[in-house]
Amino acid sequence: MNPKADTEAGSIDRVREGGSQPPLGSGKAEPFAHRVAQGASSSSGRVTGTSDRVTRILGGSTLITAALTAWLGLVVTPPDKVQGQLVRLIYVHPAVATMCYAGFGLCALASLAYLWPRTRTRRWDRLAAASAEVGVVFCVLTLVTGSIWGRPTWGVWWTWDPRLTITALLCAVFIGYLALRRTGGDPDALAKRSAIVAVVCVLLVPVDHEATTWWASLHQTSTLLRANPLIHGEQLYTMLLSFVAFGLGFAWLVLHRYRVEVLEDRYADEGFDNAISERRAEGGVLTGAGPRSDGVAP
Amino acid sequence: MWRDALLVGSKDLRIEFRSRVTTTQVAPYAVLVLVLFGFAFDQDQNLLTKAAAGLFWVAVLLSSLLAVQRSYAIEATDGARDSLRLSGLDPAGIFLGKTLAVVAELLVLEVLLGFGVVVLFGIELHDPALLVVTCLAASVGLAAAGTLYGMIAAGLRVRETLLPLLILPVVAPVLLGATQAWMAALGTAGGGTDGWKWLSLLISFTVIYVAAGSLAFSILVEES
Repeated sequence: MNPKADTEAGSIDRVREGGSQPPLGSGKAEPFAHRVAQGASSSSGRVTGTSDRVTRILGGSTLITAALTAWLGLVVTPPDKVQGQLVRLIYVHPAVATMCYAGFGLCALASLAYLWPRTRTRRWDRLAAASAEVGVVFCVLTLVTGSIWGRPTWGVWWTWDPRLTITALLCAVFIGYLALRRTGGDPDALAKRSAIVAVVCVLLVPVDHEATTWWASLHQTSTLLRANPLIHGEQLYTMLLSFVAFGLGFAWLVLHRYRVEVLEDRYADEGFDNAISERRAEGGVLTGAGPRSDGVAP
Repeated sequence: MWRDALLVGSKDLRIEFRSRVTTTQVAPYAVLVLVLFGFAFDQDQNLLTKAAAGLFWVAVLLSSLLAVQRSYAIEATDGARDSLRLSGLDPAGIFLGKTLAVVAELLVLEVLLGFGVVVLFGIELHDPALLVVTCLAASVGLAAAGTLYGMIAAGLRVRETLLPLLILPVVAPVLLGATQAWMAALGTAGGGTDGWKWLSLLISFTVIYVAAGSLAFSILVEES
């Protein structure tokens, strides 16, 4: 795509995100996208954060469900006959791992949408960037919580089990993806390259998920996704609630991260112009002579 | 498409044949890696024989990085990238051609390294058919993945440091599959390892990357 079309797509995107423009100065409650859109139209628009009502509700419900999960998981549910207190990690580890898959899956879907010429807008690229980063965070958390579980049950922090190894590879692959995203240059070309990498790399996710059934693995197979789930009653409900809690937290993080991408794009668009006008203003203050009109350097 | 592939591939190989970078730099580097393994394992011959398959493929993996970087270094100067794009060649053909050139270089390296492990690590070759087919499948897989990621990193300022980070985790399955297949063929596996089964992993990896590269190259050639 040529640079002109890119800026057009970018501006259309920004207008769409703006939606219906609220009157200027309508206070703090206005949604984030409106504030950014305003900022884009009037260069004095200052954005102080990435939260709005939606993220506050999401964040609040994350806290509530997480607290409820902690109470159910630590107090209400009984310890396991075999694993004892360790079984309580089942209220954290599977949900975290699922959010890791969700992050990478969302990243790949957004990348596919970006690669498809008819749906190619900056917003898909931003969503891919946001979800991949959150996915990597959850992937590292998966490895850490798995390690904590592995030490007492298997006797080792790490073992070269297919599930563990592929998860580590998945993490490395998406760290590479994030490194690629940071290389700069033409944003449109970079978005295409990143999208291709994401689509190819996400092929590891189904392999990782099926690793416990394809190979003789030390890692246990799925607890829930079978005809007769292995746990029942309050344990089952607590585990399901943990998925809700981490899912809400995932959405909250992705939304915030997406908005940081919007701001970064805006900074890339306007940052240089703003810096120049600030320098000009400084020059005006120092010489006390106002803007130089002849344009010739002394 | 295949005509374009042969054109690009023979062009790359002709440049390599004339500049002799692969023979004078990459090949000695690969052998050097093998010698360094000898130091790292404290000249323990038993250990080296046992690990020979894995060490061989690590050496191939590291050399393939150089081969891929070289494959794009020759496109970086004199506006070669632009002329390749303007040439009207089928992008999939360009991908397959560059892949084929890297495959040819890797196969030569593998023969050299094969002699290296036989001489230095004292192994005996048992199942030559499995060894050769594994080499073919793994080389195509390595070259296809490397060519795809090489194109993605091409033109970036940080490509030298970024490329290994992108490629190495992706080609880890090749290292795994090829090592297991070789261990079965060399008779150093723990027993019960079916080398041909691991070969199927290699072949599926190769098919995926050849297909992905052929599709992605039309996007990559068009944009950059």
